[in-house]
Amino acid sequence: MTLESKFMTERNSCPMTAAEIADAYFMEHRAKLIDLAAFLDRVDRASDADDEGLGVDFRITALHECLKILNDGKNDRTRRVLEHLSDHSSEPLQTAPMKGALGAPAPE
Amino acid sequence: MKYIDPHIHMVSRTTDDYERMAMAGCVAITEPAFWAGFDRSSPQGFYDYYKQLTDTEPKRAAQYGIRHHCWLCVNPKEAEDAGFAKEVMSIIPDFMDCPNVLGIGEIGLNKNSRNELMILEAHLELALSTNQLVLVHTPHLEDKLKGTRLIMDAIFNAGLQPDRVLIDHVEEHTVSEVLDRGFWAGMTLYPDSKCTPQRAVDILETYGTERLWMNSAGDWGPSDPLSVPKARIEMRRRGHSEDMVRKVTWDNPKTFLSRSPRFRADDD
Ligand SMILES: [Zn+2]
Repeated sequence: MTLESKFMTERNSCPMTAAEIADAYFMEHRAKLIDLAAFLDRVDRASDADDEGLGVDFRITALHECLKILNDGKNDRTRRVLEHLSDHSSEPLQTAPMKGALGAPAPE
Repeated sequence: MKYIDPHIHMVSRTTDDYERMAMAGCVAITEPAFWAGFDRSSPQGFYDYYKQLTDTEPKRAAQYGIRHHCWLCVNPKEAEDAGFAKEVMSIIPDFMDCPNVLGIGEIGLNKNSRNELMILEAHLELALSTNQLVLVHTPHLEDKLKGTRLIMDAIFNAGLQPDRVLIDHVEEHTVSEVLDRGFWAGMTLYPDSKCTPQRAVDILETYGTERLWMNSAGDWGPSDPLSVPKARIEMRRRGHSEDMVRKVTWDNPKTFLSRSPRFRADDD
């Protein structure tokens, strides 16, 4: 048995019921959802928005793609969203282009 | 209940923070060498920083009953100039015998560049030849997945034992590979932008509590030196046992860090 499958079978689940989880966290995540909606509305109103109202920034595109992951009915959403927002190349870069990171892989 | 914060940058925090951490139950910390928010202009700048980590901070912490330990290295954000980084690395052995030094860290990658990787390999060689524990920084955001894999490969290529290495800043997309390959893993709790205390507890529920710890990585940026006790509150709020709380915030860091004979969590 690999360590990974061992963890998956011996894992603890969340001791709370769904209603308790909602009592504890719903309001916080409701607010985050509305923040996200407002953010996307703001992008629609951008001075350079195209006819569909979609911004052209690759980070916004990546975010729209992640929204589909949230709603595809499968589990493990956090890992899959993080993977979607990751650089999947494997070779080291010739030089570091900057110190910071952008949050989504930049187009080639 | 006592706890250990195994990754916090106290050089960037006030003495009030030491007091608040002590009041929340902190009795021991470890402080890896890191990027100060600006590039140091000379090896002398690093010399002074290593002095601060090995001399000033232990005294400041002791006033509040907190045992201070540190890790030394050239951090990956200042490793792109490889010649400069190697010059700085040559002064590290002068400090390795200081009584609060636990090993080499936080080494790793930032943008996954060739020079960063070369300096990482030089540090791994130093750790192997001097039999030191290693604390690893993994890149943030889109660079984390690739960087974590490159780092793990470099550690295996260097011949270090994975159970003497802690790989920090794991998230949901890296934790399972890190544990699967035999390393210890650290979750870094940030008030926003990265892993929150809630998500850290989600990770424990999903992947178990073996070889995992939590830290605040409190530094000069938005961060919370009390995030470890806050994550303990989150575990209790969900109904997890005191055994689990103790394992993640006390037993696990103590077990890994005690591989260095210099680590002291308390008097027992
Ligand atoms: Zn750090």
